Amino acid sequence: MSSVGIVMLVHTALGRAEQVARHWSAAGCPVVLHVDKMVPKRQYDAFVASVADLANVQFCKRYRCEWGTWGIVAASQAASEMMLASFPDVRHVYLASGSCLPLRPVEELIDYLHARPTTDFIESATTADVPWTVGGLDEERFTLRFPVSWKRNRYLFDRFVEIQRKLRLKRKMPNGIVPHMGSQWWCLSRRTLSAILQDPERKTYDRFFRHVWIPDESYFQTLARLYSSKIESRSLTLSKFDFQGKPHIFYDDHLQLLRRSDCFVARKIWPHASRLYDAFLTDIAGAMKRTEPNPGKIDRIFAKAVERRTRGRAGLYMQSRFPNEDWENGVSAAPYSVFQGFTELFDDFEPWLAKATGARVHGHLFAPDRVEFADGQTAINGALSDSAAARDHNSKAFLANLIWNTRGERQCFQFGPNDAQDIVWRIAKDPNAQISVITGAWSVPLFRSNLNFEDIRALAAKLQKIEADHMDVLRSPHAKARVRIWTMAEFIEAPMEPLQAILDEIGRTKLRRLSEAPKMVDLSGFGQFLQNLKNQGMHPYLMGDFPAERGVEVAPKPTRKPYLVQ
Amino acid sequence: MGLVQSYRLRLQRKRWRIRAFRKRRELKSVANRTGQIKSDDILCFSTLRNERIRLPYFLEYYREQGVGHFFIVDNDSDDGSLTYLMDQPDVSVWTTKASYKRARFGVDWLNWLQMKHAHGHWTLTVDPDEFLVYPFCDTRPLRALTDWLDASSIKSFSAMLLDMYPKGPLDEQPYRAGQNPMEIASWFDSGNYTISRNYKFANLWIQGGPRSRVFFADAPEKAPALNKVPLVKWDKKYAYVSSTHMLLPRGLNQVYDEWGGEKASGVLLHAKFLDTFSAKAKEELERGQHYAASVEYKAYAEQIKDDPQLWCKWSERYINWRQLEILGLMSKGNWA
Repeated sequence: MSSVGIVMLVHTALGRAEQVARHWSAAGCPVVLHVDKMVPKRQYDAFVASVADLANVQFCKRYRCEWGTWGIVAASQAASEMMLASFPDVRHVYLASGSCLPLRPVEELIDYLHARPTTDFIESATTADVPWTVGGLDEERFTLRFPVSWKRNRYLFDRFVEIQRKLRLKRKMPNGIVPHMGSQWWCLSRRTLSAILQDPERKTYDRFFRHVWIPDESYFQTLARLYSSKIESRSLTLSKFDFQGKPHIFYDDHLQLLRRSDCFVARKIWPHASRLYDAFLTDIAGAMKRTEPNPGKIDRIFAKAVERRTRGRAGLYMQSRFPNEDWENGVSAAPYSVFQGFTELFDDFEPWLAKATGARVHGHLFAPDRVEFADGQTAINGALSDSAAARDHNSKAFLANLIWNTRGERQCFQFGPNDAQDIVWRIAKDPNAQISVITGAWSVPLFRSNLNFEDIRALAAKLQKIEADHMDVLRSPHAKARVRIWTMAEFIEAPMEPLQAILDEIGRTKLRRLSEAPKMVDLSGFGQFLQNLKNQGMHPYLMGDFPAERGVEVAPKPTRKPYLVQ
Repeated sequence: MGLVQSYRLRLQRKRWRIRAFRKRRELKSVANRTGQIKSDDILCFSTLRNERIRLPYFLEYYREQGVGHFFIVDNDSDDGSLTYLMDQPDVSVWTTKASYKRARFGVDWLNWLQMKHAHGHWTLTVDPDEFLVYPFCDTRPLRALTDWLDASSIKSFSAMLLDMYPKGPLDEQPYRAGQNPMEIASWFDSGNYTISRNYKFANLWIQGGPRSRVFFADAPEKAPALNKVPLVKWDKKYAYVSSTHMLLPRGLNQVYDEWGGEKASGVLLHAKFLDTFSAKAKEELERGQHYAASVEYKAYAEQIKDDPQLWCKWSERYINWRQLEILGLMSKGNWA
């Protein structure tokens, strides 16, 4: 008879429980089974009969085990008492469930515990130190009373909590014990377990814990602290929890992963995961090849699942992730740059930028007639089409799609007061957006155009109004984008410096220093043009100060390439 | 949501249920094998017309995934669909000559059958050209998913419609009965979907894909809806409102997370665009039995005449569910 006894709490998939019980029993471990009282008598009897041939398997008194209630503790107590009384050789009692599966040969577990005869393996931490509490109840698990089931009557449960909070009702820990919590799956030594079960004060503790919420995570965890001489605060059972505190389930495709676990037992296993049961419930000879344990890998996979469920992928909008405004965890998937007024001021700005940064440089994505994708393409990654109607149908989705589809490649595009303006708030609130604006540059195409002056004046007034509104948005305290705004006068004074800064921010410049600047358009006569607008009663102010003769000085002929002094 | 609105939706739900109850007279049972259904079987509901060529693969696909029983309403097929279905051991068949349109595109019929037979079962409602793909579907049966949904107290599972199409003209590669349609229609649009929220029913309204790109380029607001909730732990009080796009009570439409996280979701591969499509479009156009005065079919007929090419340079070729999850079309959520 082995020195390790297994207490199994069973409530569904009795067939699998039988298989596992046989496995323990065959290795010489006595098993005490507790079957939930909710299991119908007929099923229970059949289950008992199915393991009747095993001498070292017993059944204890049945309790109703509802999640979060005392029943589970009562069941563990009853089964443990029976184990200690019926099998005097047992030195360690291992608490497992019907959906637990031994991952390593039982002999290894026996040897492992034999080498540590007085150690108790029970995860046990004070309430202040654990992050895994669900529902905002940590210390209150102990100080309030929980007479109603959380699963069946959530509404009443919450009202009870509320009322007790309002009335400031609090219970005191009996005998000043310190509440500890941890995984409900433990492995305790006979000495500690019997001390807990035979404690003269047990009635007091039981009465207290009966109204604690989820006592199976705190009863033994707290009391073991009173008696154990050596607590190893970890569970020998691999058990991963999701964001709601519900255990992750293992399936056939986890086989390789489970082989890398350093735990002895895993929970919980999907009852139909036949490959797992076949692979692990074999004798030593047929047992798996030893693999180097790598529990970190399991941790990562399940931690990622929790993160995906709670934070999701930034910038993704899809059928099962559609965050409310300001709850996006990233409005867009990657940083991008928006340029306003640059193509107006420089003839070859787009090719220059593409060459200098290696980014994909689009034209005016929000142009009224069509989406001006880079290189005149009619569609782009993700089959995003250049139809202006499709874009304007949902311009936020259009931009989000563009950035999501081109993850890994920096996107730059032009914007201006001629474009559809619905998107401006979205971009302004996006921390991934890097917006550079030369205000008033929209007037350069007008200046170079061949329109009637009357039309120019009307257009200029309109565009100036739109751009001014846009600048108000960009300067709003709600804007989260990286915004740089220059007036046109400011910019042409010293264009190299801002250009260098923009390239640095994009960060993937091929050139360490700007050697080649884009070619600025000929602005001679621009000052006079503005003066003419003024003379017509319009007030062009977004460009900054341009004296009537100023434009001539800025671009003297012949043009020399600008350069930086080292 | 105010009490008034909530009560209105309740009345609406009752109206759909009463309507379904009245429409039961239109259904004539021709093969009733519902006695075989076990209490934990996953059920599949479908309504169809002249889909004989698609049926073998459709049934095989869902049997493989673990569907226990099929409920099929045959809307007056004349291509042998009915006799084929009657011979299947796990299919119960009803037939009707009544108007598909007046049964709200089959929804009333299926609502009735679900009310009667699906209570307490996980229920999959799909057309014969829709193929469910869910996380881990290559290694875990559908029951693994429904067990997990049960354990997580989730009652409905979203699977957006993903239009699949071939490269080249639609009629270039003929489809054979029993063939996996995705061998031909293996391409899809990966990133041109738009979403807006329908506050009344709490569902998302998804549009986009090749149909929007090609047929509705100038009127994207008319493009068909792609959001679907095909897998539901059915209760006899539930009712689908419009196709499987949304249902009542509206909490079942809340299949998306609003605080940045991702819920688990799948995809319905929509293998509509095979060589059978033009004949089907023509027939349906004559019958005028489809949604919104068959505007979809009209638009297709217009375009398909001159340039029957849905494929473009940026189309993505289908590989498996992991590809769809990486592209962000579906999610594992916290199922790992």
